[in-house]
Amino acid sequence: MPTRWGALPNSGIDKNPTPVDRIIRDPKIVAAVALVMLVLPPIGLTAAWLAFGQPLLDLMKATDPAILQFVFSLIMMGLVLFIVIHLCAALILAERKISAFIQDRQGPNRVGFFGLLQPIADGIKFMLKEDVTPARVDKPIFILAPCIAFVVAMISFPVIPWAGTVELPWGGTLTTQVASLDIGVLYILAINGLGVYGVVLAGWASNNKYAHYGGMRAAAQMLSYEIPIGLGVLVLLLVSSGTLRLEVIQDQQTATGLWNVFLHPIMFLLVLTANYAETNRAPFDLAECEQELIAGFHTEYSSMKFALFFLAEYAHMIIGSAVLVTLFLGGWEPLPGVSLLHGNNTWWAALIKFHIFWGKIIGLIGLYMLVRWTVPRFRFDQLMKLAWKGMIPIAMALVVIEGVLVAVGIKVDPTAGFVGNFGVLAVHLLVNAVLLGFILWQLSRTKAPVTGRQDNLPEIEVVPSRPAGQGGVSHA
Amino acid sequence: MTTPGDYAIIAVLIVTAISICAGIMVATHIIGPKRHGRVKDMPYESGVDPVHDARQRFNVRFYLVAVLFLVFDVEIIFLYPWAVLFPSLDQPEAASAYAGTVGDLANLGYTNGFFLASIGIFFTLLTIGFIYEWRKGIFRWD
Repeated sequence: MPTRWGALPNSGIDKNPTPVDRIIRDPKIVAAVALVMLVLPPIGLTAAWLAFGQPLLDLMKATDPAILQFVFSLIMMGLVLFIVIHLCAALILAERKISAFIQDRQGPNRVGFFGLLQPIADGIKFMLKEDVTPARVDKPIFILAPCIAFVVAMISFPVIPWAGTVELPWGGTLTTQVASLDIGVLYILAINGLGVYGVVLAGWASNNKYAHYGGMRAAAQMLSYEIPIGLGVLVLLLVSSGTLRLEVIQDQQTATGLWNVFLHPIMFLLVLTANYAETNRAPFDLAECEQELIAGFHTEYSSMKFALFFLAEYAHMIIGSAVLVTLFLGGWEPLPGVSLLHGNNTWWAALIKFHIFWGKIIGLIGLYMLVRWTVPRFRFDQLMKLAWKGMIPIAMALVVIEGVLVAVGIKVDPTAGFVGNFGVLAVHLLVNAVLLGFILWQLSRTKAPVTGRQDNLPEIEVVPSRPAGQGGVSHA
Repeated sequence: MTTPGDYAIIAVLIVTAISICAGIMVATHIIGPKRHGRVKDMPYESGVDPVHDARQRFNVRFYLVAVLFLVFDVEIIFLYPWAVLFPSLDQPEAASAYAGTVGDLANLGYTNGFFLASIGIFFTLLTIGFIYEWRKGIFRWD
């Protein structure tokens, strides 16, 4: 009896296992390796702390705070880059397992116990495959396009406040933001806006009709869906009075416990949906829909060039979720309504915050994957209609509403706490409910979408068939 | 406060990302096999021999989307400074926080309503343009 997730016992591949197969498919060996990998780092870290901890602290005390912050930022940068790249690999496996679960398949289960070594095998295989550059492509742009996609996806994370600030015992603070820019929100928007270049240049350079159409579609889609994101952030700037800094926007949410998602649920949904479209994922994967365009803009890409597009997509998902968590979901605060970790700037609190932040990101990415494998794809006219006739008018209405609310003095008081801001919350929820009602009313009075099936076929005249023997053509 | 160190970090990050990318590209170029052929070097169009160049005219609606995006994005960016300043304009500390810029306006008796109305005129123009585009059928893709 084959188990649901295990290797099938009678499949041909298991009859002649190589020595490597024996090792990586043995649960005992994999479990032992996993145990060693879990146990060794804490032991190593403790030993390193005992050996070098005190001199390190002394050195930190002696250094200039600005230089200390710079070095710490460099370490944070390396850490987050490491996490993003490795999480991409893990997410690819998770995506395949989740899709397999939804489609009642096995998913990858050959490489390593439970298929856990699949990302490593994929990486090695990407490296070893031939890097095909077809004739008559625009070679410099063909090479440049995946680089742009990858670099843009990798450089948008520095302004995200991963774990707030850490107060040093001897005075002074370290911020866990890699770079605390005054223009944080604008930086994110600007860098994400560059992402379209990788896609459209790849499509143009490939000299392939599928790639060309895919690139054009992706460009139109990414441009259209950037506008709701821009308007959504605009609303948040009105809520969190007077700053473009992500850490301040996040701090104001945790100070009151009133996350922006409660104030602007419709806007949250709009920005979330626009994020799906920005990353070119289903149900918005028009740029690479297999049935129409093979692989869209990366049809001609192979080997690591293709992998760079893949990594960029997943990194975009991670960073997009991180921005959503910061702007709407209270950042590193575990629960809404209470300020558990707000103002706690010890080093252990920073560790907890960091883990909660990444937990929220992974939760949002889980939502991405469920949406991808459950919601069918849009048609391109529906996609454009959703952006220009649906999301943008709603977002503009929300901007006007929030502007009026702020003008009449209904705005969040960061010092008042959750209960003190209850009136503000009630007004915002009421406004959102009214707007939702209006949207539903509009939807109910517009025409139903055109689908393949026509329910109201016109009556047609049926000519009675002639009885046999009166000149009818027999088909027998 | 933003220090030059913050921008230096971003420069370091960009250089790091570019070097990772360059390393990957060079590695994959060196490691993989290289076999060329007349048919293999053709663009992959589902096995059908490609008919002339792929870079031809494309639908003008893509162009219209790009133009609309340009207009809308510039308008949104124009709204950003207003959105940043607007919530705190009527507060007393705004005078000191933005001294010499808008704080003076607040002291001169300009109220929230004035700033809302001034951006409202701009937003109305934007909305009129949006409605015109809608009625003109630019958003129709079917």
